[in-house]
Amino acid sequence: MEKPKLSMYWASSCGGCEISLVNLHEKILEVDQHFDFFFCPCLLDTKREAVEALPDGALAITFFNGAIRTAENLEMARLMRAKSQLLIAFGACASMGSIPALSNLHTLAAQQRTNYLDSPSIDNPDGVLPQLRTARPEAELELPEFFRTVQSLPQVVAVDYFIPGCPPEPHQIWNVVESVIHGAPLPPKGSVLGTGVSSVCAECPREKNNKRIARFHRTYEIVADPHLCLLEQGLVCMGIATRDGCGALCPQVNMPCTGCYGPPEGVADQGAKMISALGSVLDIGDYKGISEKQVAEKTDAALGGLPDPAGVFYKYSLSGSIWGSKLP
Amino acid sequence: MKRVSINPITRLEGHGKIDIFLDGEGNVANAYFQVPELRGFEQFCVGRQAEDMPGITSRICGVCPEAHHMAAVKALDQLFGVEPPPAAKKIRELLYMAFFVTDHTTHFYALGGPDFIVGPDAAPSERNILGVVRKVGLDIGKAVIECRARNHHVIRMLGGRGIHPTAGLPGGWSKSVSEQERVEIEEAARQNIDFALFSLGVFEKVVWQNPLYREMVESDVYCHRTYSMGTVDEKGRLNFYDGQLRIVDPDGLEFACYPASEYLDHVSERVEPWTYLKFPFLKKLGWKGFVDGAESGIYAATPLTRLNVSTSLTTPRAQGQFEKFYTAFGGRKPVHHRLATHWARLIEMLYAAERMLELATDPEITSPDVRAIPRNIVGKGVGSVEAPRGTLIHHYEANERGLLTRVNLIVGTTNNHAAIAMSIRKAAERLICAGKLVEEGMLNRIEMAFRLYDPCLSCATHSLPGSMPLEVRIRNHAGELIRSLRREG
Repeated sequence: MEKPKLSMYWASSCGGCEISLVNLHEKILEVDQHFDFFFCPCLLDTKREAVEALPDGALAITFFNGAIRTAENLEMARLMRAKSQLLIAFGACASMGSIPALSNLHTLAAQQRTNYLDSPSIDNPDGVLPQLRTARPEAELELPEFFRTVQSLPQVVAVDYFIPGCPPEPHQIWNVVESVIHGAPLPPKGSVLGTGVSSVCAECPREKNNKRIARFHRTYEIVADPHLCLLEQGLVCMGIATRDGCGALCPQVNMPCTGCYGPPEGVADQGAKMISALGSVLDIGDYKGISEKQVAEKTDAALGGLPDPAGVFYKYSLSGSIWGSKLP
Repeated sequence: MKRVSINPITRLEGHGKIDIFLDGEGNVANAYFQVPELRGFEQFCVGRQAEDMPGITSRICGVCPEAHHMAAVKALDQLFGVEPPPAAKKIRELLYMAFFVTDHTTHFYALGGPDFIVGPDAAPSERNILGVVRKVGLDIGKAVIECRARNHHVIRMLGGRGIHPTAGLPGGWSKSVSEQERVEIEEAARQNIDFALFSLGVFEKVVWQNPLYREMVESDVYCHRTYSMGTVDEKGRLNFYDGQLRIVDPDGLEFACYPASEYLDHVSERVEPWTYLKFPFLKKLGWKGFVDGAESGIYAATPLTRLNVSTSLTTPRAQGQFEKFYTAFGGRKPVHHRLATHWARLIEMLYAAERMLELATDPEITSPDVRAIPRNIVGKGVGSVEAPRGTLIHHYEANERGLLTRVNLIVGTTNNHAAIAMSIRKAAERLICAGKLVEEGMLNRIEMAFRLYDPCLSCATHSLPGSMPLEVRIRNHAGELIRSLRREG
């Protein structure tokens, strides 16, 4: 019997998702045993044309990582959608835009200015900027254009499942692969695979005491107690608004969760969830009998440790979030 | 005019492209290495909390996040005016050495090495890690997997995560090392030393003792007399984590030696309209075009140039290999034969393994004192490390609330951008001439000219890393396709 075809494609990404797959180490051989690993530009020789030549739906599973930033990313998303029975958004960029989508907070013009005109090391007296078309003595050279915003995979094509994480942890990738190998029934379309349904707090060994805090601290300002909840010590730990499955890796080395697994089951907007969670944790003290101005001052002081809410709450989920983008 | 496009079609699709133009006689008129991607980290990091940079900039590259993490924390130490405790610095360097071993291993066995081990004229389907295994033995494949596994385990143990570490903070490291962990790391370091020595043996036997390959390494096709850059300690010895940046001229004389904080006095970047990636050059010499020699500001920052700027190496076995290396090239230093970069990379792997063992057996490594709390925000910091692919600089400025106002990054591969472009052109000029069609082995030899730099376009362009599948299209004067050749990664 022919083995089912597996593929993995990268759009605008850093390559960390592929490295995570390779970090299955010897288990990668087991993947090879059960699947015809058909297309993976990172690891294999198969051409894009070979995928184009397939009948629709010929690929059993495609892991698609990376965000959608260029026309080519979009073309490949549409191609892989058509050819795959299951198209899985793999990793935070494909799922939610992730770090590349932070550029949605800036205009392309600002990016050009910073990179090519205002950079402290730039030597560009004539104000040269990269052009889509440049005439050279030999011929015309072309560069591709970028979309104005970075989008996630589900914003451009229908996605069957999600494997979150920046990158997904190898054990979680294995969870998914193993259950497919064993023919486990698939959950409803749109489900998140290989993780828990709760929050990072569920697997964090730190002790919670329902303590409220008077103000937030930046990570470098305090040495946190190694056994107690980081949020209750005033660090903006995103664990409470983040899906479990990684094993609470960051809190275990005394660093707050930054939210790379996206929102827990049933939560649409990770940042909004975090904001509401903080509301119940923050205690600015008694505000009866004090003026509105004093309340505002107390609030400002409490929030002083949180000067970049967009970058902290939406570090991985800006594409498609309610925060939106700065761009038209 | 004929146009030969070498267009990476899968692995670097849309992220790197070579156009070689032939004149009427079929000789190379010019060559362009285009990088068609810009991810804009320098802009979108503005407004972010400075202390988030080790995490954010790790996402520039999933292959070498550790390099960005380290350059970022070092920049933050300065920006927050704080000196990390000695143990914190040692833990950072320890993680970094494990990373160097695994990264250089991957390049030698999976990316660059197959060109030599399997051979430049072998079928593309053989020129990969599997071909290496077939040539050198199945045990090698297992040893490579084990080497990656044990070092990624160490990285995860020390940095919190296997990919995109999380433990770096201004003023130190978020986690100390337990004695149990130390013992495990010490054992991994010993295994790394054995593996590095074994790899050097493979290089010597398969490459250096093969007259055909040796001729290639020593040939003028892959030779460029540029300036060399690297980081050295106070005695001029190689260091990956900290020290001064040293530049030597094409004859090996010191041209500059400076702390990273003064990088703007020494390096400028040029913009060309036909590529998104900038071209750094030595400021005092200026941009003279794509030419080498002492008058040109073009430099390289690679494993080879790092050895070229070093007086010696601090670890005994690597020092022995360092001496052997220069003796093999007739005692000449610097060495300008770019294919020797592969050999230099393995010497660095051995140095990293030995340095890892030194740090793992340092009594201070298990000290619980790993954090210093910053007391004020200085507002500016420049951090640099040697990334596997070259000197990496992170320059941050922040306001009084520690929010970034300016970010400038010069990454490993970008340093080598002009040199890579020159190497491609030169290889093309020597290998394509009138009446001779571009055949597969020849195409690979052109590719070898840039693969030796281990170009990480993920870092340089913030797109994607790795071996490069290629497509070559030859067009006649009318622009009609007369021949198409392709090979995949």
